[in-house]
Amino acid sequence: MEILVCVKRVPDTAENEFELNGAGNDLDRDDLVYSVNEWDNYAVEEAIQMVDNVGGSVTVVTVGDDESEEVLRREMAMGANNGVLLSDDAFEGSDGNGIASILKAEIEKGNYDLILTGAQADEGAGQVGGMVAAMLDYPYASLVNKIDIIDDKKINVGREIEGGNQEMNELQLPCVLSIQTGINEPRYVGIRGIRKVAKVDIPVKGSADLGLDADSVGAAGAKTRRVDYFVPDMGEGAEMLEGSTDEIIGKLIEKLKAKGGL
Amino acid sequence: MTQIFAYVPFNNGQAEDVALEFPEAAKKIDASATLTAIVTGSGADLDSVAGEMSKIYGQVIKVDNEALAYPNAEVVRKALVNIVPEGSIVLVPHTTFGMDIAPGLSVKMDAAYAADIIDFQGAEGTTLKMIRQELGGAVSTHVTADISAGAVITVRPGAFAPVDGGSAGGTITDKSGDAGDLSSKRQFLEVVAAEIGDVDITKSDVLVSIGRGIEDEENIEVAQELAEAMNAVVSCSRPIVDAKWLEKSRQVGTSGQTVKPKVYMAMGISGSFQHLGGVKGNPFIVAVNKNPKAPIFQVADVGIVEDILEFMPELTEAISDL
Amino acid sequence: MSSIIGPASYKLFGFFPTAVLAFIVPIVGIGAFAYIMARRIAPLVRAAPDNRLDRIDQRIKNLVIIWLGQLRQPRYMLAGVLHMVIFAGFLILSIRSTSLVVIGLSDGFVLPGFGGLVGVVYNFIKDYAATFVLVACIIAAIRRGIYKPERYAVPEKYGKDHTAEAVFVLGLISTLMISESLFEASELAYAFQLTGQEHFLAPLSLVWIFRGMLLSASSGFLQGLHIFMYFVHDLSFFFFLCFLPLGKHFHVITSLFNVFFMRVKRGNIKPVQHGIKDEELDSLESFGIKKLEDFTWKHMLDFYSCADCGRCSDQCPANAVGRPLSPRFITIKARDLMFKNYPLSGEIYKSNLLVEDIYAEDEIWSCTTCGACEAECPLGIEYIDKMVDLRRGMVDEGMVPQSLQKPLKALEKRGNPYGKMEKKRADWANDKEFKADHSIKNLGKDTAETLFFVDSITSYDDNIQEIARRTCVILEKAGVDFGILGKDEKDSGNEVLRFGEEMLYQDLKEQNTEAILESGVKQIVTADPHAYNALKNDYTGLPPVKHISQVVAQKIAAGELELLPCQEPDKVYVYHDPCYLGRHNGIYEDPRQALDAINGLTRVELEKSRDRSFCCGGGGLMLFYEPEEDTRMGVLRVNMAAEAGANVIVTACPFCLVNIQDAIKVAGKEGEIEALDFTELIGQHLQ
Repeated sequence: MEILVCVKRVPDTAENEFELNGAGNDLDRDDLVYSVNEWDNYAVEEAIQMVDNVGGSVTVVTVGDDESEEVLRREMAMGANNGVLLSDDAFEGSDGNGIASILKAEIEKGNYDLILTGAQADEGAGQVGGMVAAMLDYPYASLVNKIDIIDDKKINVGREIEGGNQEMNELQLPCVLSIQTGINEPRYVGIRGIRKVAKVDIPVKGSADLGLDADSVGAAGAKTRRVDYFVPDMGEGAEMLEGSTDEIIGKLIEKLKAKGGL
Repeated sequence: MTQIFAYVPFNNGQAEDVALEFPEAAKKIDASATLTAIVTGSGADLDSVAGEMSKIYGQVIKVDNEALAYPNAEVVRKALVNIVPEGSIVLVPHTTFGMDIAPGLSVKMDAAYAADIIDFQGAEGTTLKMIRQELGGAVSTHVTADISAGAVITVRPGAFAPVDGGSAGGTITDKSGDAGDLSSKRQFLEVVAAEIGDVDITKSDVLVSIGRGIEDEENIEVAQELAEAMNAVVSCSRPIVDAKWLEKSRQVGTSGQTVKPKVYMAMGISGSFQHLGGVKGNPFIVAVNKNPKAPIFQVADVGIVEDILEFMPELTEAISDL
Repeated sequence: MSSIIGPASYKLFGFFPTAVLAFIVPIVGIGAFAYIMARRIAPLVRAAPDNRLDRIDQRIKNLVIIWLGQLRQPRYMLAGVLHMVIFAGFLILSIRSTSLVVIGLSDGFVLPGFGGLVGVVYNFIKDYAATFVLVACIIAAIRRGIYKPERYAVPEKYGKDHTAEAVFVLGLISTLMISESLFEASELAYAFQLTGQEHFLAPLSLVWIFRGMLLSASSGFLQGLHIFMYFVHDLSFFFFLCFLPLGKHFHVITSLFNVFFMRVKRGNIKPVQHGIKDEELDSLESFGIKKLEDFTWKHMLDFYSCADCGRCSDQCPANAVGRPLSPRFITIKARDLMFKNYPLSGEIYKSNLLVEDIYAEDEIWSCTTCGACEAECPLGIEYIDKMVDLRRGMVDEGMVPQSLQKPLKALEKRGNPYGKMEKKRADWANDKEFKADHSIKNLGKDTAETLFFVDSITSYDDNIQEIARRTCVILEKAGVDFGILGKDEKDSGNEVLRFGEEMLYQDLKEQNTEAILESGVKQIVTADPHAYNALKNDYTGLPPVKHISQVVAQKIAAGELELLPCQEPDKVYVYHDPCYLGRHNGIYEDPRQALDAINGLTRVELEKSRDRSFCCGGGGLMLFYEPEEDTRMGVLRVNMAAEAGANVIVTACPFCLVNIQDAIKVAGKEGEIEALDFTELIGQHLQ
């Protein structure tokens, strides 16, 4: 099975405290650390396990700048066979649709049975997988937490739906799946693993290589744009609710309602 | 004039709560837009939901087809592409279903896409201004979308104030005939129910998390009842697992699960470094602890100095009475 | 007839010279033994290298104390004394046994030098030796066969019980003692009957008793017994020799070597591969132990040498709390595999991935590297290096529990396991009250004599940061000119190394080493024993490192630091030895001296203290990993302190403090007992 996994380099939510820059329109990125999007790790692990079972190869691809190469290397250290970096100044400012278009162009150059993405990344939109599938007219399933290969034509996948239930579907190949965390236990990649693949050649492709019209991607082609970042006001320490128990409960319920707790 | 369509999912003949929230969202997009609910499905359940929706929405479109009996996102998408006019705005809840259908729908409609919107700030010309969150809720962003060719937007359930339903007296239009070819390369098979006791606390939006303040195994029931009333799940800090009162899978902390709920009810939890290391995504933290110096109050949004064993039952009762 | 006929001259049935047998038995015995040993050595030859020829003086000292002196034995009194008796008896009787072999070929053979008084004295001693060995064997057999001490039990998951082999060998030893004594007694009884002369014998010795019993036996019986017992001894002796390498009694042969080659340096971890420098690590194809042959020859020798005494597991805190780890079976399972893969005859089998075959992942991650097992083993068997090597192998294969992946990644990105920002590493010094009176030098900008190395937990954990502030106050009072590295300090990597993430450790080590050397300090002080251990024993080329308790003890001794009388004289204090201060670095007295310098402080001792201290649950990355366990180590430790009558547990390690504080709550002993860090107690008593 030929599997392509789309990955992304993101600020690591577990290891960062997010603050705005001086101008207040972007994150203060000086102190941020980046790593591969957590969901993508699960997708790559799943791809590797599938290839271990039925043969084939795993290719990881990302759209990004030169620094994004590090996440490709990390995934290759996990066991992905090939990496492709899609990088071009024209790609900058792409919205989800733009990224999906770039990936679609690359996918069409290969012969993949299965395209995997993480269920979501730093932006929390969870959009690229579904868009790629629609562009390619491949069937799609999101939030996949189980994959059973039936034969070389179809697979059964479980989707994680509300309440911890699992929705089982049969999909024809080729297809696109977005992978939910918890589907497996991604293996550990240390510094040593990355160094081992440090010299592996990773091709870089731009819009010309992919046959893309530069105006259709990047900021020029984006219909959705992020204007700025901001942090909603948060006071220091807890707001202490005081009064009789009934009063406290009354106030608490109002707050819980506002925050989606009820 | 802008046309907004709200896709209303339902389970067992019961529309999801978000059905009441779409009107507020639509109003914030464009108060003058026409809002139409779309329900898809098959048989009596569909009719009943369509009827309910006609009380909330001025227009309701229903699509009845065997192939839509289960909301297979791929099939529903095909129907919507055929039914929704070009250039419209489609609202879908940001749920596991919404995430499944919406991105592809935007491609097929050739429309802009915006996900998990928590607020709208109106449109200027064809530019719609919205607010959403990134990085697990750590930061918020303003985003704009060019809606000249329409838009598909998933809205966060609970983010918009629900309307009082009941008297819209809307018209129900049956567009079953317009759904077109509903064949799909993805077949729904079945829903495998979660095993009882096999709760995944990492997936719950609201956690009632208990700590040493629960004092005794028997008192866990009190927390369970509160969780039920809040439609939440019970999680805990490490001492509870050590005492074997709850399974390890319920433990929040660096040595347990990392959770990203929207609301975290820290009940009798002192708030150790190790415990809070497992609480991510900047949830709204409510801390109840009888010790006013408990460190949890430093990080909580709301603090209450009370004995949880007395406080929780009263809160449960108050919530149940709502 | 003049005297009894010895086996060298005796003719069986009047014609068959027994000398032939006395010739064949040793030839066959030694031949078989040589063959078996050659097969046993085969895996060692293929094993990874190990440098064990350094510090010969220390090795000889170990040999004298641990092997010859058996001084680790009485830590378990009854079993230990029995073993010492049998061991001493073996050494003494080995001379007799050797000469007996020759006596079968040459009547009345006496080893050179044993002719005169030496021989008389030797005989006197060896007769008692044989007697004591027999008595010891009988007691040991009763103990093992009837009373069955718990630590010998073999849990079902680890295989079959080993009692049968133990009792069989005790029987074999008894047979040797009895046959040797009867051989001699029959000759002496014969001689007495002939001459009436009573040869002097050690009273109440086995020979003495047997001779007394045989005095009235017929001469024919005595002659037959004499020859028969010779061959009973001869056959038993060579059978025993060949039997030794087949099981746990291999230690009779290997112990000498195992003790000589045992660990001589404390606290450090073996390199990934001996002979490969840190800079050359990238050239290695594979890291750590994945298969049997990846062990070093010394570690294989460890497996051969285990006497299955169970002391390691008896002391192991992981085993005590029901974690899936028993160090004894780390060894036994590996030995069984060595015997299986390298059989006495036939082909040698290939090893599978050990962690899937004989070990489980949880088992290997369960070890806190506290070192209790190694401190106890009378044979100098090592465990920590093996655990670390097995973990290196697992890390290399990506087999790392999810709960550990997060902190490891954070260490890689941020230099601390919590993923906190580097620039906040010195935020503990910004505490308002503290900042009002104290200003801490940052060695990135200022210079100082001494570096206070804070390390991650003390820098970032809100509850532990107080240790950093107290340490500063103590250093100020003691007149030490010091500063910190601030954001340039990274985690010491003590646990990163011990959890098998070698390259990450190398990275942290390089960054810290560079920052420390650049700061130009003359010495390093830390309040974290884990940091102390890493900087002192794992890093190289740094200025001398001291733990804060050493600084305090020295300043008190020099009269440069005076402490107030005990602020809470009604309390009973107990000092808990942190593993990385005590066992791994031998610092037992300094903290105690400092405590005792507080007038009116009542201090009791834990039964398990000093090198038998019981781990609190482990530090560093261990906080992020929890195997299945029945209870927590800290809870057991708190209960021990309660039994000792203490109500304040003083420790000198931030991780001990975290674990013990937690355990007090879990044990439901809040209000009864409290945990206090050394720096806090001293801080309270500063003038």
